[in-house]
Amino acid sequence: MGTIVTKILYALLTLFIVTNYGLILSGVVRKIGARVGRRHGIRFYQPYIDLIKNYTFRTRITHGIMYYIGPVFRLTGGIGLLLFLPVIYGSPVFDNFSFAGDLTFVLYFQFFGVLGMALGAGESGHPYSALGVSRGLAQTTAMELPLTLGVLALAVQYHTLNIHEIVAAQQGSILHWTLFTNPLAAIAMMLSFLAMMGRSPFDVVLAPQEIPIGPPTEYHSALLGVLQLNRAIFPAAKLILFMNLLFGGATNWGELVIKTFFIYMWSVFVGIAYPRFRVDQSVRWYFGIPLLIGVAAILVVKYF
Amino acid sequence: MQTIIENLQKHFQVVSYHQQRENLGFLIASKEVAVGLITHLRDYEGFAHLVLLTAVDWIEDEHFQLTYLLHHPEKKVDLGVRVMISRENAEMYSIHHLWEQARTYQRELREMFGINFPGSPDVDKPFILEGWEEIPPYRRDFDTKEYSEKTYFPRPGRETHDPAEYMKKKLYPNE
Amino acid sequence: MGKEYIEKRTVISPEGNPIEVDPLKDYFCDAAPKSCKSASGIIEKFANWARSESLWVLGFGTGCGAIEMRPLMTPRFDAYRFGIQWRPTPRQASVFVISGYLSVKTLKRVVRSYEQMQNPKFVVALGSCTINGGMYWDSYNTINRLDHYMPVDVYIAGCMPRPEALLAGFDKLKHIIREGRGEGANKYAENFDWYKGNQKKIIKDWDMPDYNW
Repeated sequence: MGTIVTKILYALLTLFIVTNYGLILSGVVRKIGARVGRRHGIRFYQPYIDLIKNYTFRTRITHGIMYYIGPVFRLTGGIGLLLFLPVIYGSPVFDNFSFAGDLTFVLYFQFFGVLGMALGAGESGHPYSALGVSRGLAQTTAMELPLTLGVLALAVQYHTLNIHEIVAAQQGSILHWTLFTNPLAAIAMMLSFLAMMGRSPFDVVLAPQEIPIGPPTEYHSALLGVLQLNRAIFPAAKLILFMNLLFGGATNWGELVIKTFFIYMWSVFVGIAYPRFRVDQSVRWYFGIPLLIGVAAILVVKYF
Repeated sequence: MQTIIENLQKHFQVVSYHQQRENLGFLIASKEVAVGLITHLRDYEGFAHLVLLTAVDWIEDEHFQLTYLLHHPEKKVDLGVRVMISRENAEMYSIHHLWEQARTYQRELREMFGINFPGSPDVDKPFILEGWEEIPPYRRDFDTKEYSEKTYFPRPGRETHDPAEYMKKKLYPNE
Repeated sequence: MGKEYIEKRTVISPEGNPIEVDPLKDYFCDAAPKSCKSASGIIEKFANWARSESLWVLGFGTGCGAIEMRPLMTPRFDAYRFGIQWRPTPRQASVFVISGYLSVKTLKRVVRSYEQMQNPKFVVALGSCTINGGMYWDSYNTINRLDHYMPVDVYIAGCMPRPEALLAGFDKLKHIIREGRGEGANKYAENFDWYKGNQKKIIKDWDMPDYNW
């Protein structure tokens, strides 16, 4: 009994740290984007203010139960993903609820929020929401293929579906990282990562200039606040996932911050340098080279 | 340009022709001939492009002047066809069968001047003004200032000066 | 004429049952807005600080002044550093910038958008057209005084005001919000009948519910 309570408390601590890290990270990344455009940009703590402001709106309207549940699903997707990741390798405090088959679980869980959002946004009755959701789902589905192939290649390579063991196998030297032991899988997954982070070439779903802001068109006040919170937690969780799978995990917070920051920079730099894809373009792109790289990764792992 | 007019005079009764510039001329046609004349200009003379269709309210002479401005894409000349229609029963034959886009002009003229174009599609639908109840606002007997003061809650304290007088006083106070 | 889309009608469902549809009742909620109490003391002060530092502007360019808002996003003026950001939907925005003259047709859309915004909402009126009609004061189709149709927090005079003036206006708005005087939404709710009466006097072709949330 005692162990599970401490475990939950530890998980909440992780969640708290990661949420703050995610909020600051999103602020800093927007600041970097602005500096590239030669602007001062927002203050790095602006996401906090926006969050507070959204929670202090006095009125909110409803479109039905699913409308409320949508953001909750989305947040559950983000938090759930985080809770099943070993955040700091070897630390009993930040190991969370990692278990034997968590790699498969995580793979499916990141889809959870998108589906919840689809239900909620659908109930809002706004045509832009429905359109945004269908675009988002199409793109996510295309992006999942190379990602899944890459993850399967890792599973074949390490003979395990446990993230903890995958991290353990990469310890020792920088050359033990999956990035160097299985570069094809790493490339396929990093290409999927671009769309996962929802940054520029693949941000048509949520871009304000497109069909206004996509699925959350109707969401406002506290409901939007929940979504915003998720937009801080979810990318951070995904960064930690990729760090664990490809870049040897982290043994302390400093290492985690440095590694995740540079992984994020990969999508930021691509995002700043490249203009936006339409959904049909991005789907076609993912069915092309990234998919082939993913297939090649599996074949290489299996036969060489 | 001159040859076009001479050609026209063989077929139609052109009332008056006025050459504004080398590549721009205006002629006045009667209401009954106008559509035939424009069709001829489009199909035989090559004025393929309707630049605009607009109206002027000559309230003193009690008629509207409709101007159909046509453009010749090869010879790069413009020809305006002016048609005078009576103000009392403002009605004109539609030319939406010649240029599809003319229906929009005709809708606008119907709303702003109250000139009717029977047979033009959607001509009765509101174009810009939604739910307008007064006389059409571009007719010159419509007093827009009075209407605005009556309707739009003018903010008190607005001063109006005659620009010429006011600037004279400001710039040359000693004269 | 041409208002079939808001009239009551009967449609046949896919199963063959007739269904009564009353668009104004079914698709909208027209309950009048209520005045909301603000929280007390330090909580409200903190909330007001957050509201003032995170102004989300509704991207609705109503008149020629909309062109003055675009430079604010550019490196030269960069309003983002003051916490001013643009949102594409009225649901998420808290500041409505009326940029210049409003024709009656635009006013109708503006009223709808304004009512869709959530309670602490602020209106910045840009240019002299919104104050007394500006150069369109005697036009047959542009309104003269914006404050007869919705509560205005800040006026920025000029024809057109430069982006610097806009930044100064936003700064003023921040002060107003921080002092707790940015209660336009409550004012609108309390004087709802007067505002609605003025709006209906102008907008002859009223084909929407009285309140759109």
